[in-house]
Amino acid sequence: MPCLYGSKCNRISPMVRNEFFRGVRDTFPLLLGAFPFGLLYGTLAVSSGLSIKAALAMSAFVFAGSSQFIAVGLVAAGAPVSIIILTTFVVNLRHMLYSAALLPDLKKLHQRWRFILAFFLTDETFAVSALRYRKNDSSSYKHFYQLGSSLAMYFNWQFWCAAGLVVGSRIPDAQAWGLDVAMIVTFIGMTIPYIKNSPMVMAVLTSGAVSLMTWQFPYKLGLIVAAISGILAGILLERIESAKKSLEKRGV
Amino acid sequence: MSSTGEVLLILGMMVVTFSIRYVLLAFSGRFSLPESLEKALKYVPPAVLTAIIVPSVLIADGSWNISMTNPYLPAALAAVLAGFLFPKRVLAASITTGLVVFAVVSYFQFIR
Repeated sequence: MPCLYGSKCNRISPMVRNEFFRGVRDTFPLLLGAFPFGLLYGTLAVSSGLSIKAALAMSAFVFAGSSQFIAVGLVAAGAPVSIIILTTFVVNLRHMLYSAALLPDLKKLHQRWRFILAFFLTDETFAVSALRYRKNDSSSYKHFYQLGSSLAMYFNWQFWCAAGLVVGSRIPDAQAWGLDVAMIVTFIGMTIPYIKNSPMVMAVLTSGAVSLMTWQFPYKLGLIVAAISGILAGILLERIESAKKSLEKRGV
Repeated sequence: MSSTGEVLLILGMMVVTFSIRYVLLAFSGRFSLPESLEKALKYVPPAVLTAIIVPSVLIADGSWNISMTNPYLPAALAAVLAGFLFPKRVLAASITTGLVVFAVVSYFQFIR
């Protein structure tokens, strides 16, 4: 267990620092995408009737953009707290898929680390870190990479939400600036390295097709349905291919 | 909303969100995943990312927009192409090409 600080080591190893800052750096294009959404969240929060303190606390303690948006919308509509919490559960359910996918890499870590990294697990940090864990080098500090990405996303989000609360209503239509294109092209660059064989092609094509059929589902459920369809399609083709291979081996 | 209501709301949202993110990791030391499930997990990142990308590119303001007046579309196509052309530096290629194409297409739309 490498130590970050403590009595036994008071120096942060250069390898740890290197992983941490690479995580920050690789998350950079995704920070841009949070800018219009943070501003918009701040603006909506003010007009929803939520206090400024509560709007900031929500960003700091919940730290999940889409569910914060929906929560603010529901507050404005006068929905009861129980319904908002239930909606949050559904909207954030996709994060369980992320923690499942990172499980093989994170289970070796101390409970403390899993606790911390879980709190900061967002779409963006998941995408960046999954790619890092997948690389076959011997670094045993990859979790510091994820920590770097996590903290970059976290403080960036806090900053833009606060900015939104202060000036959001005076900057009209930040969403229409197209800053989210940075997130989209980054995600494209992160998907391509996975597309190495036909089951992966199948998974991606299925997920994309289903996402277009389910985008009108509420609360991001379309995303979950599409992703699971893609995963199942990939596994199915992988099974079919390996069955074929074993048949060929037997000379059938 | 009352301030007690606000505290309850944020507390509830925090507990629910954190639990979703943590529950599997919390007990991950005590069980090992069956091999078939572990195989399935490698499809999660590309499947999820595609499910985020495709609708964000093709759907604008609540309806389909499959035309070159939608700058997201040429940007995404260029990013895909660049990523496959430069397999050694996929990320850099996709990001720069996508952003440049997006800027150019938006600019021409703006001056028209």
